[in-house]
Amino acid sequence: MSRHTLSVLVQDQPGVLARVASLFSRRGFNIESLAVGPTEVPEVSRMTIVVNVEELPLEQVTKQLNKLINVLKIVELEPDQSVQREIMLVKVKADLETRSHILETVQLFRAKVVDVAHDAVTIEATGAHDKIIAFLKVLEPYGIRELVQSGMVAMGRGSRSISDRTVRSSDKSA
Amino acid sequence: MTQEITGAQSLVQSMEEAGVEVVFGIPGGAILPAYDPMMDSTKIRHILVRHEQGAGHAAEGYASATGRVGVCMATSGPGATNLVTPISDAYMDSVPMVAITGQVPSAAIGTDAFQEADIRGITMPITKHNFLITSADQIPTAMAQAFHLAGTGRPGPVLVDISKDALQAMTTFNWPEELNLPGYHPKTRPHSKQIREAAKLILNSRQPVLYVGGGVIRGNASDSLRKLAELTGIPVVTTLMARGAFPDSHPQHLGMPGMHGTVAAVGALQQSDLLITLGARFDDRVTGKLSSFAPKAAVIHADIDPAEIGKNRHADIPIVGDVAEVIPDLIAALQAEIDQGAHGDYEGWWAQLNRLRETYPLGYDLPEDGSLSPQYVIERLGKISGPESIYAAGVGQHQMWAAQFIGYEYPGTWLNSGGAGTMGYAVPAAMGAKVGRPDATVWAVDGDGCFQMTNQELATCTINDIPIKVALINNSSLGMVRQWQTLFYNERYSNTDLHSHRFPDFVKLAEAYGAHGLQCDSPDQVDSVIEKAMSLNDAPVVIDFVVHRDAMVWPMVAAGTGNDEIMYARSIAPEWGSEE
Repeated sequence: MSRHTLSVLVQDQPGVLARVASLFSRRGFNIESLAVGPTEVPEVSRMTIVVNVEELPLEQVTKQLNKLINVLKIVELEPDQSVQREIMLVKVKADLETRSHILETVQLFRAKVVDVAHDAVTIEATGAHDKIIAFLKVLEPYGIRELVQSGMVAMGRGSRSISDRTVRSSDKSA
Repeated sequence: MTQEITGAQSLVQSMEEAGVEVVFGIPGGAILPAYDPMMDSTKIRHILVRHEQGAGHAAEGYASATGRVGVCMATSGPGATNLVTPISDAYMDSVPMVAITGQVPSAAIGTDAFQEADIRGITMPITKHNFLITSADQIPTAMAQAFHLAGTGRPGPVLVDISKDALQAMTTFNWPEELNLPGYHPKTRPHSKQIREAAKLILNSRQPVLYVGGGVIRGNASDSLRKLAELTGIPVVTTLMARGAFPDSHPQHLGMPGMHGTVAAVGALQQSDLLITLGARFDDRVTGKLSSFAPKAAVIHADIDPAEIGKNRHADIPIVGDVAEVIPDLIAALQAEIDQGAHGDYEGWWAQLNRLRETYPLGYDLPEDGSLSPQYVIERLGKISGPESIYAAGVGQHQMWAAQFIGYEYPGTWLNSGGAGTMGYAVPAAMGAKVGRPDATVWAVDGDGCFQMTNQELATCTINDIPIKVALINNSSLGMVRQWQTLFYNERYSNTDLHSHRFPDFVKLAEAYGAHGLQCDSPDQVDSVIEKAMSLNDAPVVIDFVVHRDAMVWPMVAAGTGNDEIMYARSIAPEWGSEE
């Protein structure tokens, strides 16, 4: 199995998330991460979907996804030619003894503290998947009280935009 | 100034604009506003069915027999959920269909209101697309898009769910000039390079087969298929969905491949070095165990749906396009090669296939006790009613026998539920076909199990003057399941005996519905009872053929086994003979 990141441009219409999600589940694929949000084009949303599949089934699920009428374009983003980011909020136990160590770690990972209580700190971290995992590993011994993570968002490097040509025309098939 | 009308009027006007002639449906609370203006339409004939499933299959039968988009209509909740089976059926067999359902008022959506069901959510995986419309102004656009989506590209069912308040609200009618579907561009024109490569591969192959699927019928490509076959001299097999796409009487036709296909058709695929796949999808009922399917064959796969290509079997030459464009392009490319002196050499191949065809023709044993053989009944029906008639089958043994023993010459004359395998399809589908093709003789070839699932539509037929004919192959059992119990469950017949030789009395049942009821239980009456039924056109006819229950469908590739393990009859495996 290998990790693939798909950027999917969709018409921003009710039910489109359900269509995409249910297609993955019906065809037997687990979505590892999913993020949806608006784009620079009004009425077009972008989904970043991370799936763990082999090459051939990935081609099949991409073709099936392309058949959804509300799907405008699908691009697979290669890790080395794209920027991939996740955001994490984590609440860590922090007393007088551990607080300074934690703050040091936060600086080391270029994260930041967004809330402080007398026995805990809340940290915001942004980064690629591996960095987030590594950061979490370091924080774990202090005691993680609460954790929330976003899906991954990703964008290709360079000057081109994937939505450039899409809304006007696309190579989609039935 | 544009006139103010209700959403319901706008819906009816939209259907008229889309060219709808017939709607099969049943009214109910949420869809009620739409039924009022429907009464005034001079263009649309609404046929009131007895169960929504009947409406859906009737729309499918209408669509399959005419090539036009079939339309069915139901109210919210149970009305809509009763359409789920035919929608799923249409999705599996790529039938162009628009289903219109009423929905509870938009303010009540999500509150578990009376007769509320999330039919859009329910039908998401079984429709090509679906809509939930909550504003009257959106109705014409959604309807225009729905008909376009259903009928173009790979056809399929589209559901339009409309809330009651949208039907009641005032609006103005604007039929959209542009469809604005930026995510939908079916590719119909094949890539010329792929076509040239396919032509070369065809002429260099020694054991090619034209593996023809239902796409050739949906895509109206039968005539060009025949030209392609005759230009090349390549053998043809037609899948269950493609019966009628190529004349059964044609010498190049080897018959149907698959679980109950002919030995010659199955053997041709297995021994082939090149499958020229046209509008077929390598269904498990055709391939048997996928890993041992056509092991030596390269694959050319032409389909309008790119997702079918490479789904089950790798395609060496994928061709995305409409078969109606692919086949003529292939013919032109082949002709160009032939003009330059290239030619295929299939003589040895034909010798091999002819031996299979002659040694293992389709056939059946007559019951020793002199009782009626179901295969004989179906064979005689095909002979007497002829290839101009339309035959709609249910699902099971009778369906397979109808696919095997009736000779099909024309596309659109064989209707059945292939992908979904929906028992109960035959009677309503025959009804829909008869509505679309009133001049044709339309037979439902049905089993006693299937018939008891949807026979209520005989009332619809009688009352609306739709004189279909039903050949009821009554073996008093769920025959196909019984066959599997015979073969794989030590003849332990758990829950397959329907006792339909005793109850119901099908002749009386037919008569209760205002149809003619006939019965036949001996071989020497078969011809005369069919002829009698052919002469009765003032009402539907049901012939209760009381047949032998132990007849089995042969040949057979048992589920999960490879095609090479096909059995010609019980305990008789074909000898494949020498291979090159």
